[in-house]
Amino acid sequence: MANDPTHQFLVNKIVPIEIGGIDFSFTNASLFMVASAAVASGFLYLTTSQRGIIPSRMQSVSEMSYEFIASMLREGAGSSGMKFFPMVFSLFMFILTANLLGMMPYFFTVTSQIIVTFALALFVIGTVVLYGFYKHGFGFLKLFVPHGVPGALLPLVVTIEIISFLSRPISLSVRLFANMLAGHITLKVFAGFVASLGALGALGVGGAILPLIMTVALTGLEFLVAFLQAYVFAVLTCMYLNDAIHPGSH
Amino acid sequence: MSATAAKAESIPFKIAQAETTTETQDAAPAGDAHGTTAPAGELHTETGVAHGEEHGSGVFPPFDSSTFASQLLWLAITFGIFYLIMSKVIVPRIGSILETRHDRIAQDLDEASRLKSEADDAISTYEKELADARSKGNAIANEAREAAKAKAEAERQKIEESLNGKIAAAETRIAGIKDKALADVGAIAEETASAVVEQLLGSKTTKAEISAAVKAAGK
Repeated sequence: MANDPTHQFLVNKIVPIEIGGIDFSFTNASLFMVASAAVASGFLYLTTSQRGIIPSRMQSVSEMSYEFIASMLREGAGSSGMKFFPMVFSLFMFILTANLLGMMPYFFTVTSQIIVTFALALFVIGTVVLYGFYKHGFGFLKLFVPHGVPGALLPLVVTIEIISFLSRPISLSVRLFANMLAGHITLKVFAGFVASLGALGALGVGGAILPLIMTVALTGLEFLVAFLQAYVFAVLTCMYLNDAIHPGSH
Repeated sequence: MSATAAKAESIPFKIAQAETTTETQDAAPAGDAHGTTAPAGELHTETGVAHGEEHGSGVFPPFDSSTFASQLLWLAITFGIFYLIMSKVIVPRIGSILETRHDRIAQDLDEASRLKSEADDAISTYEKELADARSKGNAIANEAREAAKAKAEAERQKIEESLNGKIAAAETRIAGIKDKALADVGAIAEETASAVVEQLLGSKTTKAEISAAVKAAGK
């Protein structure tokens, strides 16, 4: 059972809570959501508590992540998109921290649960739709009617645009979920090879070197993926927010 | 006793082995004695997995919808609080840090450019004063040179004049002496002539004859 690569995604109850017949237990998933939020906000809070004009190393890490998201949002959605900065920054920091915490052995990966990534994606798309209608009324629907398309092609293009818009929350959530899931399964499988080959005696130990090298390399790759997926999520959020702010611009 | 016990033990083992061989023959038809035991181990782990999945209501854990409500609730709580902390504390704080630094840098740059312009002013005043002083110095030197030249000229003139006066006085004196000498020359010649004549002729000549002769010879 220890070698089962999907075992790490099991949600176990820590504090059982049931409200109205629905299970709202505090689980290991909840624990690591709390941990991600606590680690991310704790890091950002403590490193910036000096408010140094000349930043310390850790303070400049916080500032770099701030400026990284700020420039991403400014490029993606223009300066009027800066009102969404706390949202994009929170999403990025939360996902990044959850992904990185998930890389620790025995830690639960919050973002490997489709429901979590789907909820985050719906939060983004929901914000886009609500803000789009709030700001532009029905002008927001211009999003589905690109400029310069001949009248005959318009129904087809509008259909494609609507389908692509509707598939956004799915692609956004599945991309993050599948990357984290697949990466962790792959790591587990290769690490399992090391253990099971090592149990076969001297020849097995020799043979275990290959999957061990693979595991080390994959761990590095997974750290990259952990950052990259948080980045991709944030970039796409910026792009979708741009649609809400400037619906007729593409 | 022991033999029957061993037999009793061996029978279920054989049955188990038979079961595993029949089960694995579909998956691995060409299995030797070693090959069958290894999949048997695999089968055990697979049943173990089945047990584990029963624990998580038998589906792939991320798709286990029984955990969705709890995950959604706790995600909403944690992410909500995280969002509030970010938007109320962290973002304003880092923003103000960056703004303060930006202002400070701009201020320092202003100060630097102010100091630079001051330095430039100081340099240009210095250079202007230096040029003034130089031209003043040149003027003074020129003036002094002119004055010295004029003075020297005047002195020279004066000396020349006095020299000319002295020369003129000397020339008149020389002319006077020459005239006197020339005037004395006749008397000396007459005297000499009378002495010469007296010696030669042994007789005295009159003064009038001699002076006439000298005059004739002087012509």
